[in-house]
Amino acid sequence: MARNREILVLVLDVGPSMHFILPEVEKVCSMLVEKKLLYNKYDEVGIVLFGTEDTKNELTEEVGGYQHVVVLQNMKVVDGDLVDVLKQIPRGTVSGDFLDAIIIGMDMLIKKFGETERGKKRLCLVTDALFPIKEPYEGTKEDQVTTIAQQMTKHGIKMDSVVVRGRFGQDANEKTMNENDLLLNIFSQKTNAKMVYVESPTSLLGAIRTRSIAPVTIFRGDLEISSVIKIKVWVYKKTSEEKFPTLKRYSDKAPLTDKFATHEVKVDYEYKSAEEPSKVVPPEHRIKGYRYGPQVVPISTAEWDAVKFKTEKSVKLLGFTNASNIMRHYYMKDVNVFIAEPGNKRSIVAVSALARAMKEMDKVAIVRCVWRQGQGGVVVGVLTPNISEKDGIADSLFFNVLPFAEDVREFQFPSFSNLPAFMQPSEEQQEAADDFVKMLDLAPDGREEILQPDFTPNPVLERFYRHLELKSKDPDAAVPPLDGTLQKITEPDPDLFSQNKAVINTFHRRFELKENPKLKKSRRHYLREKASGSSDKEDNEEISAQIVESVANMPMVKVEKVGDSTPLEDFESMMSRRDSPEWISKAINGMKSKIFDLIENSSDGDSYTKAIEYLRALRKGCIIEQEPKQFNDFLRHLRNFCPEKNLHTFCEFLASQQISLISKEEAADSEVADDEARRFWVKMEPKSEQV
Amino acid sequence: MDLDPDEVFRDDDDDPDNPFFQERESTKELAVYLVDASPKMFSTTCPSEDKKRETHFQVALSCISQSLKTQIINRSYDEVAICFFNTREKKNLQDLNGVFVLNVPEREDLDRPTARLLKTIDGIEEVFMKEIGSQYGIVSGSRENALYNALWAAQALLRKGSAKTLDKRILLFTNEDDPFGSIKGATKFDLIRTTLQRAKDAQDLGISIELFPLSCPNEQFNISLFYADLIGLEGGDLVQYLPSAGDRLQDMKDQLKKRMFKKRVVRRLKLSITNKLSIDVNSYALIRPTLPGAITWLDSISNRPLKTERSFICADTGALFLEPSKRFQLYKNQAIKFSGEELSEIKRVSAGHLQLLGFKPLSCLKDYHNLRPSTFLYPSDEGMSGSTCIFIALHRSMVKLNRFAVAFFGSPSHPQLVALVAQDEIITAGGQVEPPGMNMLYLPYADDIRHVEELHPNPDIAPRATDDQVKKAAALMKRIDLKDFSVCQFANPALQRHYAVLQALALEEDEMPEVNDETVPDEEGMARPGVVKTLEEFKLSVYGENYEEEEEAGKGKVSEVSKKRKAISEIASQKCKEYDWADLADNGKLKELSVVELKYYLTANDLPVSGKKEALISRILSHMGK
Repeated sequence: MARNREILVLVLDVGPSMHFILPEVEKVCSMLVEKKLLYNKYDEVGIVLFGTEDTKNELTEEVGGYQHVVVLQNMKVVDGDLVDVLKQIPRGTVSGDFLDAIIIGMDMLIKKFGETERGKKRLCLVTDALFPIKEPYEGTKEDQVTTIAQQMTKHGIKMDSVVVRGRFGQDANEKTMNENDLLLNIFSQKTNAKMVYVESPTSLLGAIRTRSIAPVTIFRGDLEISSVIKIKVWVYKKTSEEKFPTLKRYSDKAPLTDKFATHEVKVDYEYKSAEEPSKVVPPEHRIKGYRYGPQVVPISTAEWDAVKFKTEKSVKLLGFTNASNIMRHYYMKDVNVFIAEPGNKRSIVAVSALARAMKEMDKVAIVRCVWRQGQGGVVVGVLTPNISEKDGIADSLFFNVLPFAEDVREFQFPSFSNLPAFMQPSEEQQEAADDFVKMLDLAPDGREEILQPDFTPNPVLERFYRHLELKSKDPDAAVPPLDGTLQKITEPDPDLFSQNKAVINTFHRRFELKENPKLKKSRRHYLREKASGSSDKEDNEEISAQIVESVANMPMVKVEKVGDSTPLEDFESMMSRRDSPEWISKAINGMKSKIFDLIENSSDGDSYTKAIEYLRALRKGCIIEQEPKQFNDFLRHLRNFCPEKNLHTFCEFLASQQISLISKEEAADSEVADDEARRFWVKMEPKSEQV
Repeated sequence: MDLDPDEVFRDDDDDPDNPFFQERESTKELAVYLVDASPKMFSTTCPSEDKKRETHFQVALSCISQSLKTQIINRSYDEVAICFFNTREKKNLQDLNGVFVLNVPEREDLDRPTARLLKTIDGIEEVFMKEIGSQYGIVSGSRENALYNALWAAQALLRKGSAKTLDKRILLFTNEDDPFGSIKGATKFDLIRTTLQRAKDAQDLGISIELFPLSCPNEQFNISLFYADLIGLEGGDLVQYLPSAGDRLQDMKDQLKKRMFKKRVVRRLKLSITNKLSIDVNSYALIRPTLPGAITWLDSISNRPLKTERSFICADTGALFLEPSKRFQLYKNQAIKFSGEELSEIKRVSAGHLQLLGFKPLSCLKDYHNLRPSTFLYPSDEGMSGSTCIFIALHRSMVKLNRFAVAFFGSPSHPQLVALVAQDEIITAGGQVEPPGMNMLYLPYADDIRHVEELHPNPDIAPRATDDQVKKAAALMKRIDLKDFSVCQFANPALQRHYAVLQALALEEDEMPEVNDETVPDEEGMARPGVVKTLEEFKLSVYGENYEEEEEAGKGKVSEVSKKRKAISEIASQKCKEYDWADLADNGKLKELSVVELKYYLTANDLPVSGKKEALISRILSHMGK
């Protein structure tokens, strides 16, 4: 745990010019601590503010100077208080000196840890760097920065600077800005530091790494160009999805008084033979079966090991090919990166030569990889060049997995040019589309690329952690609405669209959409409510009458019957109709008869799964609409009905699927106690055996 | 209201049934392969690559066999029947002349394909003439109509199940574009009329009839003579059906193969272009990893499948209960509870369709902006006419301007930022290589991207290749060039092996088949003098003269870790000598030793040291051969 510990000092500019973006800084910093509380509980965090009215730091007491820098929080192991502190960062009144603040942050780290904890100490500076730093007592500013950078290297301190710029730097002095950029750049060159510019609040949220993950190589060894020449490489993951946390199942069985209850749930799997459902088959009497068509072929692990495909750890070049032969959409997975073995000059040069030649010739390499000895299969992928723009960083290669023949479905689609004339855009329409594509530009010249993946936070995760924090204070806290900054990711930027109103209006005028009345299916996603928390920024302006359709106010297709083609969807939409209470009972009755139909007309149980699917939907619907009796009566009826009609198999199937009565706990109106619901099928079993 | 809150509990990875990776079972397909077996199918030949001539009959059968092999792996729940017409013998339920339904034991005529069926199809050609025979089923002077009979038999086979829930198809393979050509006068008119009526009846029952015309370079299949009417084609559709003029056998095979499987829409999506305008698109999963099927546990004695029962036990009280409706996360030492509704609410960050956000130049799409296989989008006018027109216009603009669209894909379980990249159609002689449409690529977020290149910074300046070294590398690339490389030219050796073994076991064959691994490098090609020379030059250029010696010298300096490892194994082999292992094993005294002592033997003999004590002992015994 402590191996990956991070000691982080946040150095935040709170001067007046930063006030507009401080809410975002508060969000991202508190999120950072929230994530640490979950994943890196032993990390330490300290906070230094600059641009404050007051001065409070050790150096000012020891040597003087360092005005307007406040150590808001000395380094400590993360806790809930830290989240609260970061949620309300005091606003400052003066334009601060970022270099002073960096020195204070560095001093804190050095005083506490000296040269230990190398590579784990990090400074994170957030500033707009609009104001000049003080002239040093001796030498130039550059010399001073260089000295500090050397100190950082010496003590193994890393630094990330986020410079807020662009549209917001209205009254900035260009000369000062350039000077500061130059100074901050010295850090990037001389020490392990990184600097990024952000222009929008959204990209600020994405610019600060909120979770630190220790990178692990997935392969270290030779990239074999041929048997005579090999290059030593290390392979890392370049992208890897940060998943929604896997939450544990919650048990409320422990008494409320039990303070040490874990509330965890253990899941137990038991394997039972179909003939004797009461008998549990022990592991040594089980054998794995693999499907081959309708057959299941039994094969023991030992047998399988003897015949299965065997692999030797290796990464081998198959050849080079034109980059145009590999289309972008064939990339199959998350991306790896091949880095020459660190410190091995020859390998670094070899990788660099390959990368640069690929870039020059527009070629890519095809490689066959087995990352681990005895891995289940081989991977064929493509290496593409990644030419480094920073002096200190070596060139590397990106690796993407390519599909095998079995993974590609070669469907044929009609050529656009073969489609009937009314589907072909006219010249006028094409022109409108061209303008539209040109004008809705997310990467305008000289400005920050909007929604660049590298700076775009994950709105779902942000929302989850925010809700988690809220719930830790109030267990009943509602899901917070999606933050305005995050809405920029999920919805079109209103500014961008209003700036291009003319183009959009032309586009609207030239194209015509008409709803096809033939297709009356209610599709589930049409019925989806508007995103929670999304603002209703409906543009009320009159748009040409030709636009028959608009999604936001698309009329719901009113379903009046649980039909044959999409019964589940019909049921759902009827249950959610609010124009009359009778829809619910209509829906429930419709669904019941559907289920009966299925069971009765099923030969050999082929439609049982479907029936179960419907039954589940019915159960869920009845819980939501508080109609437990409807469902419970139906289920009881089914239990009696099936043996009558000689449909025992369905009953067994039902029992195995664990569909039980709706208990009091699930719906308050239910007359069924919790354990009665559970015992429901148990009672039945002896009965069915008698028959 | 979301009726499926379970979806939010689900983790994509631990769920093999994830619709993202697998097509849904509920869209089951029933197909009858109707193969013309007239003498013309056996007499017309096509030159194949290795100059061997293949008959049209062989072509059709090998395509069917290939598609069944794919099907048994991917979609084994689909049912098929193989039916020949224009045959001498007859075998079908209605006892119609000239129609032969091929089947194997333990299988209904229309059923899921089995290993034995595949084997029979592969071997049918040798016995065909003897057991089934070929003859023209429509001849003047007789009122027999083999085509009519074939359609009738196929329709009868497809009787089971409702057309509403199943896809029913007849796939017709023939090289005769004018089946009634030899007949004259009123009889001909009559035969054509009844045949067309038969086809129409089938289509009215929801059965689609698809034609797979086989034609030769010197004799194009003329679809408008008869078959256009049979399958109900008009104007524009005709173009799609016409076989391309490819005169290579492989091209024809490729084309057939591509059309054999029905396109399945994964999802219908709304693509919102502005807040006033949204179009319909269908999404297709054209590229998805094919994995070996899931494991079913069997009773090792009876080989019958076992039922899995899952029970939930409260860890605190040991009480059994139903699947809990809440989940929790430990945070600040508290258990924070979430209900399913809350979780789906959190994930619902957008209105649940594709929302266009803007456009960027293609250069903004980096090679590392990828997480999962892409999804293909093709417009649909089914629900909203005009969708296709807008889609095509945007598509053309994007291709012309080298731009891609950024959109937000609000799926309920996995909302994500995506890139829509317009793909122009690519056609070769073998037919369509890339369909026209847009590919939806799933983009990573900031937290998904790692800056690993920067992990090992060089203190001053990282070494870079010189111009000469780059030139040598470029020469290498010219030499080892895979000219016609196509992304999916390799079969997955592990998967091929997996299914070859299963097939052999299913047929109870003793020999385990050998599977050719196509992914190993071409050693022979690499050993050609020209290639070796460029390789040597490149090596010399980047590694210098005395690389080998230094490398050897480098090996002398073993790292700390391997030094330590070596020391351990030395100690172990010394300690190991202190015991009389054979004696200990014979007297069953091994279990009296400690794990540490047992590990001496294992380490000294280079065996794995993992596992429990019993495992260690049995490993030692088996190593000693006892």
